[in-house]
Amino acid sequence: MATLDPMEQFKLIPVFGNFGEQFHFSQANLMMIVASLLVLGLLRLGMAPKAVVPGRLQALAEISYQGVMSLAVESIGPEGKRFFPFVFTLFFFILFGNVLGLLPFIGYTFTSHIAVTFGLAITVFALATIAAIYIHGLHFFSYFLPEGTPWVLAPLMVVIEIISYLSRPLSLSIRLFANMMAGHVMVDVFAYFVILLGSAGAIGAVAAIFPMGINVVMIGFEFAIAFLQAYIFAALTCVYLHDAVHLH
Amino acid sequence: MNDERDEGSFDQRLNQARERQGLAEPAATPTGEEVSSAWNLGARIGVELAAALVVGGIIGYALDRWLHTTPIFLLVFFVLGAAAGMLNVWRLISPPSQRPPGK
Repeated sequence: MATLDPMEQFKLIPVFGNFGEQFHFSQANLMMIVASLLVLGLLRLGMAPKAVVPGRLQALAEISYQGVMSLAVESIGPEGKRFFPFVFTLFFFILFGNVLGLLPFIGYTFTSHIAVTFGLAITVFALATIAAIYIHGLHFFSYFLPEGTPWVLAPLMVVIEIISYLSRPLSLSIRLFANMMAGHVMVDVFAYFVILLGSAGAIGAVAAIFPMGINVVMIGFEFAIAFLQAYIFAALTCVYLHDAVHLH
Repeated sequence: MNDERDEGSFDQRLNQARERQGLAEPAATPTGEEVSSAWNLGARIGVELAAALVVGGIIGYALDRWLHTTPIFLLVFFVLGAAAGMLNVWRLISPPSQRPPGK
């Protein structure tokens, strides 16, 4: 019997035999490419009919466009349109990454690795900071001294504000990574309960129904979380971009 | 300079008219708080606290390594990181009415 280790699923395994080993091309890279292609395919195939009354796929593509557009415009402001492509890409890359990991025979979520989520969060952070400096110039640094701060406290507040600002990419990445990893570990642990109970005779096999049932419910929750976390990541990106455009 | 005030009052009247007609869209929550449950809020608060603490610790540790002053900066920045974490949490949970104007 294979070892029952719930962390086993996060191991990176080179794919495509020799090619994968030579180029360190693991299933994580593969899933990222698959996710990107699926997003592109959804939009491309969905918008191909260009029907006035959309079919299912076209409706999906249009709803996703409008949903992210309204998110960007409502939380960033009219300038949000300029950031819309970025937010859209981010949201759908994360969403497809999260959901792909829940499908049978795949079971690997690249957003469950902090290297991936931190990379995404640092990109958001860098874009927001560069946009803020581009729009406001040196005035951007007034962000670190909130209005109405007593001048005695100013040195302290500036340091605290800078730490608070720098903690954004970290909290952004930890939130996504922890949610995805915890979910997958939980589902795995309950699946192991099923195996262990199932191999313990007739009574065990009956008892194994309970962790099985829990897993059914949990997979449902995981789909909700997969969507929710992608949405939260995109929404917080918009909040940070809002701060960058408007400074406070 | 009267224009701005006029514009504001026009927007207000427009919104009131829209509300009367039941056309007003629900106010958007920019942070996606409408979808997050209490559980989510709790998890976010924990993450915000921890993240600021970690950043403060890293800055302090790096300054100590650089200036050979172990452990002064680590201690100072650990506390500052905790304060920044509290600030993050305050920003997260404070109701909009209590935020300073323009926030």
